[in-house]
Amino acid sequence: MRRRLLTGNQAAAWGARLSGMEYAPFFPITPQTEIMETLAGWIDRGELTGRLVTLDSEHSMVTAAGAAAATGVRVFTATSSQGLLHAMEMIYTVPGWRAPFVMVNVSRGIASPITLEPDHNDIMAARDSGFLQIHCATCQEVLDAILLAYRIAEHPRVRLPVLVNMDGFYLSFTREPVIIPDAALATRFVGAFTDDDTQFTPRTPTSLGVAVLGGTPYSYFRYQAHQASLNALEIFEESAEEFHTLFNRRPLLIEEFYSEDADIVFVMIGSFATKAKNAVMELRAEGWKIGLVRPCLLRPLPIHAIFKALTGKKGVAVIDQNLAAGRGGVLHGEITGALYGRPGAPPTITSFIGGLGGRDISGAEFREMAVVTHHAMERGETPPPRLLFTQAELASVRKMQATALGSHALPTKTQKGEGHE
Amino acid sequence: MNKPTIKKITDLSPHRLIAPGTPTCAGCGALAGVHQIYDILGEKSIFVNGAGCMTLLATYPFTPFKGSWLYTAMACASAGAQGVRDALDILMEKKRRQSDEAMQVVVLTGDGSASGMGLSATSAAMDRQLDFICICYDNEGYGNTGHQYSRSTPYGAKTATSTKGFHGVKKDLFAIWAAHKPTYVATVTAAFPLDLAKKIEKASKMKGPRMFIMLAPCPPGWHFDPPHAVNMGKLAVNTGIWPLKEYIDGKVVHTLIPKKRVPVEAYLKSQGRFAPLFLPGNEGQIQAIQAHIDDYWALVPPS
Ligand SMILES: Cc1ncc(C[n+]2csc(CCOP(=O)(O)OP(=O)(O)O)c2C)c(N)n1
Ligand code: SF4
Ligand SMILES: [Mg+2]
Repeated sequence: MRRRLLTGNQAAAWGARLSGMEYAPFFPITPQTEIMETLAGWIDRGELTGRLVTLDSEHSMVTAAGAAAATGVRVFTATSSQGLLHAMEMIYTVPGWRAPFVMVNVSRGIASPITLEPDHNDIMAARDSGFLQIHCATCQEVLDAILLAYRIAEHPRVRLPVLVNMDGFYLSFTREPVIIPDAALATRFVGAFTDDDTQFTPRTPTSLGVAVLGGTPYSYFRYQAHQASLNALEIFEESAEEFHTLFNRRPLLIEEFYSEDADIVFVMIGSFATKAKNAVMELRAEGWKIGLVRPCLLRPLPIHAIFKALTGKKGVAVIDQNLAAGRGGVLHGEITGALYGRPGAPPTITSFIGGLGGRDISGAEFREMAVVTHHAMERGETPPPRLLFTQAELASVRKMQATALGSHALPTKTQKGEGHE
Repeated sequence: MNKPTIKKITDLSPHRLIAPGTPTCAGCGALAGVHQIYDILGEKSIFVNGAGCMTLLATYPFTPFKGSWLYTAMACASAGAQGVRDALDILMEKKRRQSDEAMQVVVLTGDGSASGMGLSATSAAMDRQLDFICICYDNEGYGNTGHQYSRSTPYGAKTATSTKGFHGVKKDLFAIWAAHKPTYVATVTAAFPLDLAKKIEKASKMKGPRMFIMLAPCPPGWHFDPPHAVNMGKLAVNTGIWPLKEYIDGKVVHTLIPKKRVPVEAYLKSQGRFAPLFLPGNEGQIQAIQAHIDDYWALVPPS
């Protein structure tokens, strides 16, 4: 066991290395590329045995990853944003092959407009694919989640690929102290790929991904993958328990931060939840009974744990770092759906969109969200999803437009319907 | 061991390894070729398939193959082959498998995929010198979706999306593939089983990318009656519109040079898809196709 300062990307590479990764199909994309380069460096220097292959695209990369995992080796890969979307056909395909491997997604906003900075629209597009999803808030969690992910992915009751998500820049390029587990312990925890996992041999010919005719066999296989995903809840808990025994840290289904006695709870995923934690401490100092719940496992959705954590609360404010155009926040729908109709479900669940393309969420905004949620509770009426954007930001965009237009500058006064303070 | 065992037609196996009862159309030239190929490659193989007519060969709960099968998607069969090959190699290196388990990894893909959205993955596989066999069965259109024109459709052919005849030029996939300098590239067709068998056997003993383009006469797509499928292949070769050749060691060699080429009109007339060429006023187009073929063969050195 060593403690080192690692970026999220390096932590991911360590996770793959300690898990005994044998094969890594890759394709470069910011902010993920450092993961691939770290692994390539280790392989070149003989510190890691494993095969890294650059494919022609992420679509090909995910295909190769799924095919190799189905054949019977331990596969690791990573992508981000446009890459994840480019691969989407295969992201939905390989879970049906029941190919267990681990893929890191370094979240980054998706075009248009094109950007490098983080939000969760990329990973949300993979939400219903059959991949399991673990969302990390620290570099340590990234490393730990990868070890855990292999355990769960390869479990005979699961056999599904896992996406481990971290935020671009905020985690990928931020150095944090990370405990690197002892290699032998990590090997013991993850276990070996067994011979039962190999396919496509002359002795065990296999047909995989075959066509079906009609809805009955189709539904059968789709339901099986769904049920395998649900099995992962139990396997997660089991594996987290053993992880705790070996490493003295416990991977969480959901993180509960000062939520037990709270009236109002923020719900967020990913590293921006750290901002919410600061806000919780500040608001608590002022007398607010407020807390945070952060789902770490998003697929399968730990509905019971979420319900347990939120039951009896007066108000919940879901802060989505994604935007489902024409609807609002994806997480808001997930949380509302998990709670609706259950006895003790919070009567007020407000929705906020923030942090798109890496936009900061300030302490003042967290306070405003608490206030809006409080008013909604009192009035018994939930406002529509609110898009976080300040007058100052609007003015800065206007200024950019004026610069672009030169003398044809637009009037700087706010136009109707734009922006909220 | 590397000596060819197939020299004459009687050396070919009279038994079929692929089970009967597949859901392809009667007279399917692609299936005929896949049969011949499989008889040689055998069951120590995994066929990695891209979306197309052959995808339905393995339909749950049946497969006609004695060996393995992996259906991927339309654009990425060669990437699937990469993953399988790499994984098999790793397993062998680590002695988690025995060497007698050596497997051929075979991509089976249509022309629409191979000359379009699958080109990138296949090109990259050749760049990496992937040890695989790639078979593009060329029915000259997007067959599975009802025969729309693909970039492999020949000039003049009527398809579901070129009802007055296709005005593009058939993409030269052989040249594109050969430009990658893979181990081997060959054209074949099921109507010439000995030529096909020799090439497949030869390729099966090589390493690296071994690429095949197989003309696949397609009754519903080309508008001819199923019993004539073999004739279509014969005419294609004998008119010279489908040259049988191979690329090896940087050189292109023709494996069958028709002594006297049959006029291409015979081939065009035999298929309903070329009907637009026979409309009054289009005579020049047939002459142009003939001239194109003549120009091609004028550059081929006699064997
Ligand atoms: C990404 C994607 N786009 C479209 C399709 C629909 N599709 C299935 S098969 C096919 C035609 C493929 O043509 P080709 O590769 O020539 O094979 P053939 O059907 O002729 O056997 C198409 C367009 C698909 N399966 N996947
Ligand atoms: S459409 Fe053509 S290629 Fe497809 S199965 Fe029928 S005959 Fe074969
Ligand atoms: Mg075709």
